[in-house]
Amino acid sequence: MHRIWAMIERDLRRFRRSPVLVVVSIIMPLVQLVVLGYAFGGKIKNLQVGVVDEDHGVPAIKLHEMFQAVAANAQTFTPIYYSDKAVALTDLRNGKISGMLDIPPEFSRKILTGANPRVALVEDNTDQFAASALEGSLDGLLPAYNAPTVSPRLSATATLAIVEVYPYVPYIQFLLPGVIVLAIFISAMIGGGIIFIDDKARGLHEGYLVTPISKFELICGFTLSGAAKAIIAGLVLITVGSVIAGIPDPLNPLRLARMFLLVVATAMALISMMFLIMVRVNDPLVPRAVFGMLNTVLYFPSGAVYPTQSFPAWMKVITVVDPFSYAVHGFKELILKNTGLMAISGDLLFLCCFTAAAMTAATLLFRRTL
Amino acid sequence: MFDVEVQNLTKRFGDFTAVDGLSFAVEHGEIFGLLGPNGAGKSTLIRMLTTLVPPTGGTAKVNGFDIVRQANQVRQSIGVIPQAMTSDLELSAVENLSIFAKLYGIPRERRKRVIGQLLAEVDLTQWADKPVKMFSGGMRRRLEIARGLVHEPKIFFLDEPTTGLDPVSRVAVWDMLAKLKHERDLTILVTTHYMDEADKLCDRIAIIDHGKLAALDSPLKLKASIPGKNILEVSFAGAPADWAARLGRLSDVAEVKNEENIFRISSNNGPRTTIELLEAARGADVAITSLSVQSTTLDDVFVHYTGHQLRDALQAPNATDSPFLMKRP
Repeated sequence: MHRIWAMIERDLRRFRRSPVLVVVSIIMPLVQLVVLGYAFGGKIKNLQVGVVDEDHGVPAIKLHEMFQAVAANAQTFTPIYYSDKAVALTDLRNGKISGMLDIPPEFSRKILTGANPRVALVEDNTDQFAASALEGSLDGLLPAYNAPTVSPRLSATATLAIVEVYPYVPYIQFLLPGVIVLAIFISAMIGGGIIFIDDKARGLHEGYLVTPISKFELICGFTLSGAAKAIIAGLVLITVGSVIAGIPDPLNPLRLARMFLLVVATAMALISMMFLIMVRVNDPLVPRAVFGMLNTVLYFPSGAVYPTQSFPAWMKVITVVDPFSYAVHGFKELILKNTGLMAISGDLLFLCCFTAAAMTAATLLFRRTL
Repeated sequence: MFDVEVQNLTKRFGDFTAVDGLSFAVEHGEIFGLLGPNGAGKSTLIRMLTTLVPPTGGTAKVNGFDIVRQANQVRQSIGVIPQAMTSDLELSAVENLSIFAKLYGIPRERRKRVIGQLLAEVDLTQWADKPVKMFSGGMRRRLEIARGLVHEPKIFFLDEPTTGLDPVSRVAVWDMLAKLKHERDLTILVTTHYMDEADKLCDRIAIIDHGKLAALDSPLKLKASIPGKNILEVSFAGAPADWAARLGRLSDVAEVKNEENIFRISSNNGPRTTIELLEAARGADVAITSLSVQSTTLDDVFVHYTGHQLRDALQAPNATDSPFLMKRP
C-alpha cells in the first residue's frame, strides 16, 4: 500500500508545482458552459418575416394587427410588408428574410363564408431552429385569431393544463451536468492519457519498473493518482459551475456530498477507461490523436447536450455502454432535481462495475517489462 | 559465487538479434565495463539483467537470483540508473529520493537518515530542497546515482551515465562512482562508449559488438593482447595497390590494416617505424596527407577485435524524439 501512496504522492506533488493540468481541464468546460449555455439557451427573437397581403380585406387587416402585437411583445418576428410576392420570395432565397406569409386573394371572403380560408407560410427550412420558432409562433397565433370575440361561459372544448414539477430549467443549467463530466474527462485524458504516455516515453516508468512494486500496485497507483486530479477538476466544476449556471442553493452541503460521491465514481470510471485504452501505447502522438474522437464519441451520445430519446438506434447503443451517459444522468438528477442517492444508485452501480471491469482488463494487458 | 552470472543470454526482436548468446561473470566489488558502439546491444543487456526486458534465451543470475523466475529479489538487490535522465523535474532532490525510498519500502525512521547521507555523498546537500529543473546535467546525474542507491543495493547498474555531460561533470561522476564503490562495497556494471573512461576506471571490460562478446579482460591485458606498442594512423595520396604489403615490411611493424585509405600500422617501435615510413613514402613518390603516432589505447583494442571503429549506427526511433511530447523545462 505504501508504494501506491508513493506513486500518488509523486503525482500530486508534480501537479501542485505545475497545476496547468487542472486549469486546462477546468477552463475549457467552463467556457463551453457559458458560451453554449447562453448561445443555445435563449429564445429566438426578431426573425424578419415578409408579409404579402393580396387580399386587403378587414380579416386580413386583423391578421396584420396580430403580427404587430407579436413584434411588439414576444418579438419572435418582425413583419416586413411586400407588395410584390416575387420580390419577397427573392429576398427569402437571398436570406434577407427568414419566412414569407402570404395572405391570398379571396382570404376575407372565405373567412366570411367559412370556405376553408388559409394563409401560407413559406419558410427557409435550412435553419431548423428559426423555422421551428416561426411555426410555433404562428401555431399559437392562429387559434387566437380563430377564437370568438366573446368566449362562452361554459366550454365543451378539452384543454391541457400543464403542471411543472421543477422550476424552469434554462439551457445553461441543462448543460451543466455534461460540462462537469467533460471537465473530469479532460483531466483524465490529459493525466491518464497524454502525461502517462509522455512519462513512459521519457523513461520515467523505468524508474518504477526496476523497483519491487507489483503490477497491481502500479495499476492502482496510476489510476488513483490520475483520479485524484480528475476529482479536483470535478469538484471545482460542481461548485463554480453551479454558481455560474445559477443553480438554486448551489452550495447545499448535502447535495455537494452526493455530488462528491458521483465525481469520485465518474473520475475512477473515466481514468480506468483511459488507462485501458493507453495501456499498450508508447507513441506520444496517439493520446493526442484520439482525444477529439473520444470526446465526440463519448460526450455527445451521453445526452449531455441533447435528449438521448432523439438518437438513432446505433447511437443509443453507444449511450447504453458509455460511462458518460450514467455520469451525466446522475448529475442531472442531483443538480436539476436535487434528488437523493437512491435516484442515482443505478448510475453509481454502473460506474463502479465499469471501473472494476476496465481496471481488470488493464491489469491483464499491462506489461511489467519494456 | 559471482554477483552477476550470464550464460548464453540472447534477446531477439523479430528477425533482429540484439544480444547474441553472451556469457560472462562479474565478481563482487568489480567495476565491470560494457563497451561498444550505439546499437551494439549494451542497453538491451542491461535491461535484461535489471528485469526490464525478458530474455529470449539463456539464463542470468544477479546476486544469485534468476532474472526471470526471481525478478522481485533481483529488483531488491540492484540499483539502476537508466540512460535517460528520469528524475521528476518539478520535485526537489529530497522529494525525488523520498518517493523512491517509499517505493522500496524504506521505513520512515531510516528514510531521512539515508537521504541525508546520500545527498552528502553526491555533493548535493546544499541543493536538497531546490527543484531538479534548476539542476545542471551533472547534478541531475549525481542525484540519479543517489536515487539508485537509496535502498542500499549490492549491485549497481548504470547505462551510459556520462553521455551528454560536459568533461568536468563526466570526471565528477566517475570519481563519485569510484568513491561509492569503496564506501558501499558495491559491484558496478556500467555501459559506456567513452574508451578513456572505461580504461581509467573499469577493473574489467567486455567489448560487445553486434550483440556478441568480442573480448573480455582488464584494460591492461586487453591493450597488451593486441600487436604493437604504438599505433601509426596514416593516410596517403597516390598510394600504389601493394602499399599495405610494403608498409608491412617496415621495421618493427606487427600489423597493417587499411580502411578507406586510413592505414593503421601497429608497431613495436613507433619512432623508428615513423622514420622508415617517411623514407618509404618519399622513395615511392607517395604523399602523406595525415600522420599520427600514439600509444595503444582501448580504441585500438576495439578496432582490433571488432574490425571497425566506434561509429554511429542506425537504430529504431525513440519515442522521446516525438515532436508531440509535452515540453518540460
